Amino acid sequence: MRFAGLTAMAALLIAGAVLAAEIPPGERRSGYSFMGPDTRAMQDDDTANPGMLWVLDGETLWRRKTGAADKACADCHNDARDSMKGVAARYPAYDKALGRPVNLEQRVNLCRANHQRASALAYESRDLLALTAFVAQQSRGLPIETGADPELAPFIAKGRELFMRRQGQLNLGCTNCHDENWDKHLAGSAITQAQPTGYPIYRLEWQSLGSLQRRLRSCITGVRAQAYDYGAPELVELELYLMSRAHGMPMESPAVRP
Amino acid sequence: MPSALINVPAKARRGDIIEIKTLMSHIMETGYRHTASGEVVPRDIITSFTCRYNGREIFRADLYPAIAANPFITFFTTATESGKFEFEWIGDKGFSETASASITVE
Repeated sequence: MRFAGLTAMAALLIAGAVLAAEIPPGERRSGYSFMGPDTRAMQDDDTANPGMLWVLDGETLWRRKTGAADKACADCHNDARDSMKGVAARYPAYDKALGRPVNLEQRVNLCRANHQRASALAYESRDLLALTAFVAQQSRGLPIETGADPELAPFIAKGRELFMRRQGQLNLGCTNCHDENWDKHLAGSAITQAQPTGYPIYRLEWQSLGSLQRRLRSCITGVRAQAYDYGAPELVELELYLMSRAHGMPMESPAVRP
Repeated sequence: MPSALINVPAKARRGDIIEIKTLMSHIMETGYRHTASGEVVPRDIITSFTCRYNGREIFRADLYPAIAANPFITFFTTATESGKFEFEWIGDKGFSETASASITVE
């Protein structure tokens, strides 16, 4: 009897976990739809969107020769408007040589190391944000397609596991806010669905552009857990899960968020 | 590598009221923050913005530490003649940037 009770409870817990899982495709919403009209207007106007300042810088960097090879991005990839169209909408992507997924920032640095023979750009440095913003902007309006590569399946599963796992002193998983309570508020701010449609984003609170990993690290610190280092495989897997979860949603980069 | 974004209508009719939008890349460090070791982060802000329309000053603003990074300044003017808008930002640490935009008035 006691055993049967326990089994029933376990079954309930599992059912609960499954129920809490996914947001139905029809109910998925970009962070944009949670914003006020002023912030939306700021994102929609390319001369008011501060993210475009980084895009401008990125365009300059794209054509600038650098590293021991004295090559610019443009020397291999030519015009980014053609070559980079839809690329950011497929990242993080599987890298065969490394045998794991890499995000856009890591791809830029791999290109710098292997082809330009230049030093890696630091996470959140102006130059790396400028290049990723410029590349991501070429995918604006295109649907997110990350995760189509079957090699990525185990990494998406790991990212999902991290999304679901409770952690930190507050003992919260990402899912507890972003799947279960996205229609509510936390201290006056909308809890969004964590759809990474517009990265890198210009966040008004940061007064700067920032990567998805910066956002993830802030959230992890927010539940008072120890944040993973920039570029950690766990964060890339989480990025990968989030992007595959937003499959089909249009890219907005560089988006503005409050 | 400071960059500016300017939005001035390319064409207008004489007498039209037009909106001019400017966005300048700048950190706007207030001078009130401290590092982890207690040292003051020196103030680094834009202090002045001016707009000239065919050489005549039509708009000026003084900026202070409470203004957010990457100041977005927008204002209205009357389109009187074809020509050039010239913008100038001046700030701490010798910051000085200019930009311009042309308009055709019919």
